[in-house]
Amino acid sequence: MATLAELSNRRELLASGHRLCAGCGAPIAVRQFLLALPPEAQVVVCCPTGCLEVSTTIYPYTAWRCSYIHNAFENAAATLCGVEAAYAALKRKGKIEADFRFAAFGGDGGTYDIGFQSLSGAMERGHKMIYVCYDNEAYMNTGIQRSGATPRGAWTTTSPTGQAQAGKREGRKDLTAIMAEHNLVYVAQASISHWRDTVAKAEKAWEYSKEGPVFVNILSPCHRGWRFPMEKTIEVARLAVRTRFWPLYEVEKGRWRITVDVANPLPVTEWLKPQGRFAHLFRGEGNQEVLRAIQEDVDRQWAKLLSRCQGGAV
Amino acid sequence: MAKILAIVGTDAAAEAMRQIDPEVVAVYPITPQTAIVEKFAEYVAEGQVNTEMINVESEHSAMSACIGAAAAGARVMTATSSQGLALMWEVLYVAAGLRLPIVMANVNRALSAPINIHCDHSDSMGARDSGWIQLYSESAQEFYDNLLQAVRVAEHPEVRLPVMVCVDGFIISHAIDRVEVLEDGQARAFVGEYQPLPGYSLLDAGRPVSVGMFDGLYGYYYEARRAQEEAMARALEVIRQVGEEYGRISGRSYALWEEYGLEDADICLVALNSACGTLRSRLAAWRERGARIGLLKLRVFRPWPEEQLRERLAGFKTVAVFDRALTLAGNCGGPLYRDVAATLYGLPHPPQLVNYIYGLGGRDLTLTMVDAALKGLTEETKEKPVRYLGLRV
Ligand SMILES: Cc1ncc(C[n+]2csc(CCOP(=O)(O)OP(=O)(O)O)c2C)c(N)n1
Ligand code: SF4
Repeated sequence: MATLAELSNRRELLASGHRLCAGCGAPIAVRQFLLALPPEAQVVVCCPTGCLEVSTTIYPYTAWRCSYIHNAFENAAATLCGVEAAYAALKRKGKIEADFRFAAFGGDGGTYDIGFQSLSGAMERGHKMIYVCYDNEAYMNTGIQRSGATPRGAWTTTSPTGQAQAGKREGRKDLTAIMAEHNLVYVAQASISHWRDTVAKAEKAWEYSKEGPVFVNILSPCHRGWRFPMEKTIEVARLAVRTRFWPLYEVEKGRWRITVDVANPLPVTEWLKPQGRFAHLFRGEGNQEVLRAIQEDVDRQWAKLLSRCQGGAV
Repeated sequence: MAKILAIVGTDAAAEAMRQIDPEVVAVYPITPQTAIVEKFAEYVAEGQVNTEMINVESEHSAMSACIGAAAAGARVMTATSSQGLALMWEVLYVAAGLRLPIVMANVNRALSAPINIHCDHSDSMGARDSGWIQLYSESAQEFYDNLLQAVRVAEHPEVRLPVMVCVDGFIISHAIDRVEVLEDGQARAFVGEYQPLPGYSLLDAGRPVSVGMFDGLYGYYYEARRAQEEAMARALEVIRQVGEEYGRISGRSYALWEEYGLEDADICLVALNSACGTLRSRLAAWRERGARIGLLKLRVFRPWPEEQLRERLAGFKTVAVFDRALTLAGNCGGPLYRDVAATLYGLPHPPQLVNYIYGLGGRDLTLTMVDAALKGLTEETKEKPVRYLGLRV
């Protein structure tokens, strides 16, 4: 892996001056990822509609030092398929010399929900690209609505808390595992709190994207939606890992492997407590049940992951 | 020498696509378009074209991939029908707004519900305001000819808009017809090698671009839309020129519309696509009997040739518009009729306007129906201006 000194000397492709909130997890995820791009390669980035998209390309300005395309909300993967196919065709005709890579950076809404069909299709067809989900667990750009990635019990504006309901009733969709079941060359789950792990995964992802599609899901907290002070983004992301809520692992050519072990996990409440979106769970008696259900979700998911890793050393 | 083939309409489109040899084709099957995809897939499998073909998982993704590929500087084509076109609706606007010269064959078919696979123009009429140029084709021959011309129109630097070429489902798409095709070399020379405008490709190493940016809160959206209107207006002249040039190499030249028997007519029929053949054949008999009725077969529906049509239609006693779609505005007629009405508005002595709705969901337009319509136009009648042909009562 490139050293920190090497990384710090690389040119950032997402320039400062974008309009994402200070302390937003999304640009951190993108920068960790793009720093690992081989310096000789060119990249085309595609974003579906969402916070990252609207904040980085406010016409006539752009924060992207590489080529970038936004098409609509649900079609980043399909759009990149077209770009990648054009590249293949033009390269074959000798019209293009450079080595190009293709990356989508989509929020959880554009990835787990509305964009799921086009993502699944693109992955199944083997287009050579990296799809990175910056997972902030809700639709943030439209003002914090629940998505398929929102955890059980979380308050959002469409899963509010009230007499009859304590935040989101359902658990989250395990998209990383679903992507792994597409038999991709490389799938990983990462967190912006573990930059070394993320960059190592990004390096592999770029390499493998020459062979076929690659999917990486990276936890990127949104302090606006999660309700915590903006300077605590990395800390909150780290707690998600340390409580086993967000395991860090990779699936390399079908082989599952935990990349950061969590031998002595903290109770999931340690991750929930600093976040205002779970505050209601710590008030009143009735919500103990929800807290228990969240811990059970975490334990079950971890056990499932361990069984998938079986032979894979931790 | 041109070749004469006996092929169905979908094969005529596939033949045009083979000759154009686009760099990227992204498609999804739907009746009655599917045969185009299948035939073209065979050309890909046989190595007869140099195309990257993407068999996407939906029409939404087909158009999305076309947008990505066109923004990357490739020549791009696709094909669809009906629900497929409807599913593309959102991104049709993106393709046009980004000024991407994508060419699409649309085999006209009714929109659900009830689900109906037969011909009707609700699909393309639904995409009327999406910013796509729309050309209509009476026959397999015109379908083929229009597709070749569409590439030139779409890519013209004065235009840079996507083009949809329409043809009637089953009636033309699945009927064997005589089609005269250009030699491969001739067709290739006509469409030429595509060169994206400088600064308009995602894959221009060293010159990165941002495409499809956010317009902020009060940005340039209004100006961008207006620019699209201007490009549409300029497209009329480009379509005319390309149609003439095509005539010089093929012997079949194309204009904004085609006239039949209008020189001495006082009644003008206006129609799109295959119905024109039926109308023309019936008109021949009526004209022999002295009826002064002619036909204006409209080829270019978007851009709408407003001024040209106003001038041409002004002198007729009656203009009868044939629509294979409804606007569902409450007995206000079809979309073509309403455009014609708007065009004639304000003339000092406008022609009497009549609208014949026909053929929805593939209902045949029979010669008897045409006779009934022509009778309604030539004799005194108390019928309302919006009339339905072949509707069961
Ligand atoms: C078809 C469609 N439906 C809804 C929207 C409205 N919309 C825009 S962005 C967005 C949410 C984005 O959420 P996510 O993908 O999680 O990204 P984030 O904003 O959290 O970064 C929604 C619902 C849209 N643009 N298009
Ligand atoms: S709302 Fe959240 S996701 Fe959006 S820019 Fe702000 S911190 Fe980032």
